[in-house]
Amino acid sequence: MNWMTRRSFPHGIHPQPAKDETQREPIRQFPFAPLMVIPLLQHIGKPAVTVVSEGQEVVRGQLIARPDGFLSVAMHAPASGVIRRIDRVPTLLGSMVPGIYLQPFPASTQEVCEGMPCPVETATPEEILAAIQQAGIVGLGGAGFPTHAKLQVPADKHIDTVIINGVECEPYLTTDHRVMLEQSADIYTGIRYVLKATGAARAIIAIEDNKRDAAEYLGAMLPSDLPVSIELVTVKYPQGAEKLLVSVLLNREVPTGGLPVDIHAAVINVATTAEIGRLLPRGRGIQERVVTITGPAVRRRGNYRIPIGTPLRFALETVGTSEDLSEVLVGGPMMGQAAPSLDIPITKGTSGVVAYTERETGHQPPIYPCVHCGDCLEACPMSLNPSQLGLLAAREHYQAMVDDFHLMTCFECGACSYVCPSHIPLAQRFRVAKAYIRKNQASVVRSQAS
Amino acid sequence: MDERPNKTLKISAAPHLASGASVERIMRNVVLALLPTTGFAVYAFGLAALLSLFTATLTCVLAEHLLCKLAGRPSTVKDWSVVITGLLYGLTLPPGLPLWMVCLGGLIAVAMGKALYGGLGYNLFNPALVGRAFLQAAFPTAMTTWTPAFSADRFTSLPGSMLAPPFGTPHYDQISGATPLAAMKFEQTLSDTVDLFLGLTSGSLGETCSLLILLGGLYLIARRMMNWRIPAGIFTAVILLSGLLHLSDAQAYPSPLFMLFSGGLMLGAMFMATDMVASPITPLGCYLYGVLIGALVVVIRLWGGMPEGVMYAILLANAVSPLIDRLIQPVAYGTRRSKDS
Repeated sequence: MNWMTRRSFPHGIHPQPAKDETQREPIRQFPFAPLMVIPLLQHIGKPAVTVVSEGQEVVRGQLIARPDGFLSVAMHAPASGVIRRIDRVPTLLGSMVPGIYLQPFPASTQEVCEGMPCPVETATPEEILAAIQQAGIVGLGGAGFPTHAKLQVPADKHIDTVIINGVECEPYLTTDHRVMLEQSADIYTGIRYVLKATGAARAIIAIEDNKRDAAEYLGAMLPSDLPVSIELVTVKYPQGAEKLLVSVLLNREVPTGGLPVDIHAAVINVATTAEIGRLLPRGRGIQERVVTITGPAVRRRGNYRIPIGTPLRFALETVGTSEDLSEVLVGGPMMGQAAPSLDIPITKGTSGVVAYTERETGHQPPIYPCVHCGDCLEACPMSLNPSQLGLLAAREHYQAMVDDFHLMTCFECGACSYVCPSHIPLAQRFRVAKAYIRKNQASVVRSQAS
Repeated sequence: MDERPNKTLKISAAPHLASGASVERIMRNVVLALLPTTGFAVYAFGLAALLSLFTATLTCVLAEHLLCKLAGRPSTVKDWSVVITGLLYGLTLPPGLPLWMVCLGGLIAVAMGKALYGGLGYNLFNPALVGRAFLQAAFPTAMTTWTPAFSADRFTSLPGSMLAPPFGTPHYDQISGATPLAAMKFEQTLSDTVDLFLGLTSGSLGETCSLLILLGGLYLIARRMMNWRIPAGIFTAVILLSGLLHLSDAQAYPSPLFMLFSGGLMLGAMFMATDMVASPITPLGCYLYGVLIGALVVVIRLWGGMPEGVMYAILLANAVSPLIDRLIQPVAYGTRRSKDS
């Protein structure tokens, strides 16, 4: 097939993709860990509310927690077993949140219980959104925003195009790539649900130019009645950021502080779409996801379908790690977070686990003052001035960063830190500044309310 | 892993990858790009150039080291930036300048041009030019007395003026004719453009061979370690402005080619104006800054009292560069008007 690669967004960076190790590894099913750890908050919004009790036996796929309000999703048992404890569980951020400890039965099968199907032909948009929420689906690309909330079109707005995000621009990660190669039917079924739920006339599947095999395969499998086009985009980080993808594909810019729906678009991750297409026809809930486990410290690198709640320790033991394992990233190396301990579980938002050895993490280069080289301006996909923001952050002039230099437009892709010859942790400083601003805003709102 | 369940994990902040760029690497490459020019200076001016450049660089490096110690900070000599300052400063000096002046200017360059502002990353002006500007103001005669290039005994003897005792009047054995710019200004004679381009004329140590300076600059641009917009802006302004003047009166105003290849323009445009710290940060800002320098050079050279104006043009533009940064900021995503809605 003859593909035309779209032009790209301005700026951006070109880190080593490092995907060769795993992109040809088919998705393999993971065994059950002896004890699953299931946080009730794996998404942006309110934690789910448990509907099971300690000591209760559950079946794989059974509802164990229901959504609490609109911005919340359901949780399902990742394995058949016994609810050991309902307690606090460790998370990636180092804090403890409410959660469920589930002990699978020793001979637990991969059999999944089914629920109320939601047929795409007859369901109304509202029913589809409710089914997505009940299936516990959130953005699997990493952000963890509840998918039904994303697809809910406000009354005064409309969506004309849904972009299916198969860009996967994070180095190392190959889950979306494998899902596109192995689950085309699920993806297309998912697109039917998404188009119906949003009322959009068409969908575009966006794929980075280094995954032509996926584009060709999806192109060949495309059902003739679906208004879907497949577009290749330039290999560049962070091409997969939704605001950039919208502007590249549709030539529309999301206004500051706005969402893609403001310019009549919705962007949804390709693996999320595949889950919708896989789960909704049979009324199932999400209880596993595809994760790339890779990195220099990992022995059997690959793409695994892992039950949600599997502790990192079990996951890494299963694939084997080298003796000098020193740092474990959850997500990709650009935006992923370092795990504070191996007790934290794989959650719905975990797209990858990257493990490094002492060799890669041993050296910390010295930090120099900003030399105004301007490389960060040339890297910033949002066309901000990271140099100036960094100087203000160092002096804790957080409000000026917001008022004069668009701090809140930054989505922490890390391109500025990546290029900085002075090794200034710019993205980290912006994260701190944004957290400070959000906290302040929250306290202002509270004091006004009281 | 079961044997070491409590192994401590490293926790670093994202992003966990880096491009490998570093300040030292940029600075080392600038030094590398200056080496052909430095070599040509030694070839053209012999031992005088060698000794001047060595003294200038050593003074600057020592000054930085001592000032850091004095301020109770770790020495920043290892980042290589002061080597550039020293070398560049040396290259702007006239051959045969008394060595004590070379030392004094180098000290001023580092102390007042850099350390006083807080060191690397904070200087308002290009430190090398601060040192040179000081010498120009303090010792105008010595700074405009030129010994000839390519003299026969340049590799065997030093000009007597170099070893003059501090604060004495230096004695010059040989004085060259005027530099091409001074000849243009005061004698209305123009040097051959090819000679200028190849560096066969007299002038400051490192400014004479435009060709090698240009090659060094192009190397840095190719390695993406220099902002090409600054020299581009300078050249555009110089060519346009002097071209218009030349067209209007070819007798009174020299050709744009002469303007480009004479004096310190090439060295200034490629290596001085492009000092990252003292130039604007946005692409448009860099262009404007370059155009400002180019325009000032033409104005000073053709209408001012001095034959050469590159140094003052760059220093003035350095002073304006924070204002340029204040006025010109990148247009953030989401603030541009959407093209179809």
